[in-house]
Amino acid sequence: MPEPTLALRGAFLARPVLPKAFVQSTTAWTLAAPAVVLMALMLVGPTLAVVALAFTDYQLGAQSLEWIGLGNFRDLANDRTFWKSLSNTLLYAAIVVPGSVTLGLGAALLIESGTSLRAFYRAVFFIPVMSTLIAMAIAWEFMLHPGFGLVNLALKSFGIAGPNWLRTEGLALYVLAVIGIWQQFGFNMVLFLAGLVSIPRLLYEAAAMDGASSAWERFRLVTWPMLGPVTLFVVVISAIRAFQVFDTVAVLTKGGPNKSTEVLLYSMYAEGFEFFRSGYASAITVVFLLLVLAVTVIKARVMEKRVHYA
Amino acid sequence: MRVPVAPVLRHVVLMTAAALVLLPFAWMVATSLKPPGEIFADHIRWWPDRFYGVENYTAAFTKAPLGRFLLNGAIVTVSIFVIQVLVALPASYALAKLRFLGRDALFAAVLLCLLIPPHAVAVPVFLMLHSVGLLNSYAALVVPWTISVFGIFLMRQFFMTVPDDLVDAARMDGISEFGIVWRVMLPTAVPALTAFGIFSVVAHWNDYFWPLIVINDQALFTPPLGVAHFRNEDAGTDFGPLMAAATLIIAPLIAGFLLAQRRFIEGISLTGMK
Repeated sequence: MPEPTLALRGAFLARPVLPKAFVQSTTAWTLAAPAVVLMALMLVGPTLAVVALAFTDYQLGAQSLEWIGLGNFRDLANDRTFWKSLSNTLLYAAIVVPGSVTLGLGAALLIESGTSLRAFYRAVFFIPVMSTLIAMAIAWEFMLHPGFGLVNLALKSFGIAGPNWLRTEGLALYVLAVIGIWQQFGFNMVLFLAGLVSIPRLLYEAAAMDGASSAWERFRLVTWPMLGPVTLFVVVISAIRAFQVFDTVAVLTKGGPNKSTEVLLYSMYAEGFEFFRSGYASAITVVFLLLVLAVTVIKARVMEKRVHYA
Repeated sequence: MRVPVAPVLRHVVLMTAAALVLLPFAWMVATSLKPPGEIFADHIRWWPDRFYGVENYTAAFTKAPLGRFLLNGAIVTVSIFVIQVLVALPASYALAKLRFLGRDALFAAVLLCLLIPPHAVAVPVFLMLHSVGLLNSYAALVVPWTISVFGIFLMRQFFMTVPDDLVDAARMDGISEFGIVWRVMLPTAVPALTAFGIFSVVAHWNDYFWPLIVINDQALFTPPLGVAHFRNEDAGTDFGPLMAAATLIIAPLIAGFLLAQRRFIEGISLTGMK
């Protein structure tokens, strides 16, 4: 904040009935009113409501609701589908996060290491990020079709009989993770490219003078440490996105076969909007919220650090 | 002279990766041009013997109201973006350029709301729309998204960089605060608004979760709902028209991207800050 502003604020605090300030307050709140009302109605209110609902037995259409304390959470603890759902979500994230971060970094480094066709590669890797995932999930499904899909036809030409990728327990979740990585790594690449550009050339020259001659040495001594904050940031964003996996599950597997691709948001959707058990769905939402919030708090810390580095 | 091994290797690796990334798109488009007999062939074929594109793309529009789905997508995404701007811009201006009681508290509330993932409020917002009888309507698709705290935050940060002199000069000219928002601030904000617009339109064109929850009526389906419904109806028999429909739903975004790559990447990367 520049000095004059601080001085003005001091004066404002000392004399709270300053007429001009009052006029500005009325104008300001009038300008902000639609945003304030909608924030209360669509964000703050519903967030408080979802936490409150998690402690009730409310079902859509019921005339009344009962306060049942931790009842929903006790049910969750005894619900095998829920544990499956939580562990699948974490496993999915544990594959997609390292996969999409590594590929994103690799693509960014390779693109930056030369000068030709930079824009072309960047554009190609970015296309899956913005393509409608539902449409692409359907394209992937046909590509993975056990009989007529590209993948199994290619395997067949090598004499290998490909499996039914999306209907095999113990395989389906990994296939969804591959689709997740395919969709997400281009996004991470863009963030890494921005990070690479901001590394001062001087550091590489200094490292070269100190005898770091190979590409690997330059990466180890300069690129990797300088990318540290960006990398942490990318990991956190990828994790939040991975926790929100829904589209591919809803269209391709519906949580099956045998709950092997059941994930948190899909459980929440099924409980809340297929069986209309709003209270129970809210309890699942609270678990999801805590998971995302934990990671978001880490991200906020990282962002603070990034500001200080800059 | 040394043989340039590294640059060649770079292109080999990147070209292979690019081909793999584009494979689902290529197979989708190839399938959309094949007649049923060639789709169910037992060997890989990229170009059809008998070109069946016209039939498949026509079928996509006649077997399912694809035109309606695309129109709904346009109506919903444009409405959301326009209202988001109408709501966010005055609030951002107030937060950036006016001194008022409770400003810091309001900005803190905006930052806190940034932490709320959109899926988290689905159950209560659904119950709310149900109780006022708005489920299954354009309003159900649009209203919950009219508030973008991210938009407020982004525009506030942008307005902080606009010199105060500009605002003061406008006041001297006797322009009201409301007028300043739309006649002075809006024109300066066009680059930031473009990035935000791309971010918003792409996010809501592609959204499946929310429309799936609030819409039953086929006439109100957005493109992702439409193509998913089309797939379930035909239960894996009519791949040609289905792939044609998928291609058509992605086409507007791809076209926009190819026209304005840099802006698209800028806009969508904004999600990283969210």
